Amino acid sequence: MISYFQQHQSQILSWLGWHARLSALPLLFGLILALPLGWLARRYRWAYPPLVGIAGLLYTIPSLALFIVLPGILKTKILDPTNVVVALTIYTVALLVRVVADGLAAVPEDVLQAATAMGYRGFGRLVRVELPIAVPVIGAGLRVAAVSNVSLVSVSALIGVPELGQLFTNGFQLAYQTPILLGIVLSVLLALAFDTAIQLFTRALTPWRRAVRPA
Amino acid sequence: MAKGGAAGMIVTDVANWLSDPANWTGQNGVPTRLLQHLQYSLVALVIAAVIAIPLGLLIGHTRRGTFAVVAIANSFRALPTVGLLTFFYILISPHIHGTGNASYFIPSEIVLILLAIPSMLSNTYAGIENVDPGVKDAAAGMGMRGSQVLWRVELPNALPLIFSGVRSSFLQVIATATVTAYVGLGGLGRYLIDGLAQQDYPQMASGAVLVAVLALLVDLLLALVQRYAVSRGVTGRYRRPAAPVERITAEAAA
Amino acid sequence: MKSVRGVTAIVAGAATLILAACGSSSNPTSTGGGAGAGGSKAPSDTIVVGSANFQENVVLADIYAEALKAKGVKVSTKLNIGSRETYIPALKDGSIDLIPEYSGVLLQYFDKSATAVSSDEVLAALQKAVTPPLTVLDQSQAQDKDAIVVTKATADKYHLTSIADLQAVAGKLTLGGPPEFETRTDGVPGLKKVYNVTFKTFRKLDAGGPLTENGLKNGQIDAGDIFTTDPLIAKNGWVVLADPKNLYTAQNVLPLINSSKASDTVKSALSAVSAKLTTDDLVSLNEKVQLNKQDPDAVAKQWLSDAGLG
Repeated sequence: MISYFQQHQSQILSWLGWHARLSALPLLFGLILALPLGWLARRYRWAYPPLVGIAGLLYTIPSLALFIVLPGILKTKILDPTNVVVALTIYTVALLVRVVADGLAAVPEDVLQAATAMGYRGFGRLVRVELPIAVPVIGAGLRVAAVSNVSLVSVSALIGVPELGQLFTNGFQLAYQTPILLGIVLSVLLALAFDTAIQLFTRALTPWRRAVRPA
Repeated sequence: MAKGGAAGMIVTDVANWLSDPANWTGQNGVPTRLLQHLQYSLVALVIAAVIAIPLGLLIGHTRRGTFAVVAIANSFRALPTVGLLTFFYILISPHIHGTGNASYFIPSEIVLILLAIPSMLSNTYAGIENVDPGVKDAAAGMGMRGSQVLWRVELPNALPLIFSGVRSSFLQVIATATVTAYVGLGGLGRYLIDGLAQQDYPQMASGAVLVAVLALLVDLLLALVQRYAVSRGVTGRYRRPAAPVERITAEAAA
Repeated sequence: MKSVRGVTAIVAGAATLILAACGSSSNPTSTGGGAGAGGSKAPSDTIVVGSANFQENVVLADIYAEALKAKGVKVSTKLNIGSRETYIPALKDGSIDLIPEYSGVLLQYFDKSATAVSSDEVLAALQKAVTPPLTVLDQSQAQDKDAIVVTKATADKYHLTSIADLQAVAGKLTLGGPPEFETRTDGVPGLKKVYNVTFKTFRKLDAGGPLTENGLKNGQIDAGDIFTTDPLIAKNGWVVLADPKNLYTAQNVLPLINSSKASDTVKSALSAVSAKLTTDDLVSLNEKVQLNKQDPDAVAKQWLSDAGLG
């Protein structure tokens, strides 16, 4: 497996780079979109069921189907990796809306009241109090989304998008396990890297959790 | 053409395809494919449940081996489904002879089972772990022992989370079972793969819609089952009598 | 609070890094890479060589790509795109510029009613039928046809030597092939129309890949649509059924290209390849890639240097 990797190093690394980008961009866009949506779902009680319901619905659309159908809607070219980014962003938003809503809802009422008493209101309170407290929950959701994205990106190999999944389709056509195993190992490592990075990130954002030492 | 126009075209394509009676008959018809899809999904779910739920109950109750088991199960989530599918197919199918579907079915089921386990395992374990210690204490106080506490107290209390794990697994399996068409299996994924190869857009779009609808219906069904299976004491969903203050004021006003 | 500003800074920094990395990835000479995710196309002097989703076509695409590179043309590749129905639109919309094709099936794609059978007839008809801006260049004598292939055991059991012999027994047998075989003119409909052969079931598998090959070997299918240059035919002693009525016409390998990219250098490089490529070459290329698991790109380069072209 190592020699296969060395033989095809530049090709595989190029696919790895693509795979990482195709997994990461949807996380970013998904989070940016999910924050206001999740906040809306929390702020207006009546909005929660429809928003979370639609999110759940979007999540059930199979990835292969979305990759195939999007070029027609987005007017992108068939082989354009943009389709993958849009599809995975949809999934990430679908996953995170509920997480953000529940994360914000889990902020204790007395903390909110204390914040209001201190003079924080509206957007300021959201950004400086509620969101930071919700960070661990959102971070956990982001980890699940990241790992899921890494796996879903390889499905796009079935339509020719350059990423690690090509190792699977190539290996399959040749009945050759080596590239397949290599692809599995690299995917898992990539997922692990994302998972760890997000964990470290959320830990960096919540220094107060580490400050409390059990007696 | 405006984006709305393109989306509208998809709707008409799907409507036309679905209303064509030829698509509802025969080997490639919707009922056949639907049943196949359900069959593949259910087999995987049941086998995964048989593995994951007892395991989750065990480690939740005994609190032993939690880290290792949960870490391994969560790492299953990171495995790329297409990679596993091709790997198991090449590994297993050269050894399977005969006219049936076994050489496609077995590798696919292995992958679907591996996919279904993490959700059910972690939810079951979390459900048991999160049972209010006061409740467990009360049970012990009532004279219940180990396994009795598990079956009569912890399990019913953990049911909402266990159910939510089953629902989540089932949805994932249904969505992923579409990819198994790549290794020759039937099911609704056939419409996607065949439609792609034949560049038959209405077929692909209809396949996508059918899978989404199936997943939705299954989820609603499971939600309904959950409503009636989970004890009302746990969910707190029973009609409360009016609070004493309200009753008194109501009587005084009468 | 400090953390808010810190967070914003980190997020903004990460976003810029990712987007920057994205944009700089459109290196036109990287093999196997696609165009940048932002939709930025490769510069117009680069030729994008595509391939279908089976290994022989991948090797041929590599041969074309390496031959062009040897003549100083800038090349990038997009391999394993899918079936013809999938990559022709990619050719038309400019995602790819060049792909190795097979004359007979390509003709049928553009003209379902075509009747040409021999290599020259097919080429002439094809040159007329191809829709601009696409065009075909010089063809090689190498051919790779679809064929209905059965195991020796099946052939002996039912005394099969040609497709016509299947007429009586096909109703009991299962055929396997790629999903597009079900609707193509020379696929299932063609078998019915030309030979009056209808199989009991058609299993949708893949284009001469492991699903079809394993299926034939292990009994999931009784007959398979397998390419004539598949090295497993010889290895397993399979029988290729004769095609007396020429359902499968001449299938010479030739370049299908967007004429705007067909400069003189390109044309001469590709014609040189076509002049040297033989059917035996195809079989040996497939053997190296499929049976010996050699790298398609290395095999392509080796062929080119052996032929004195690279």
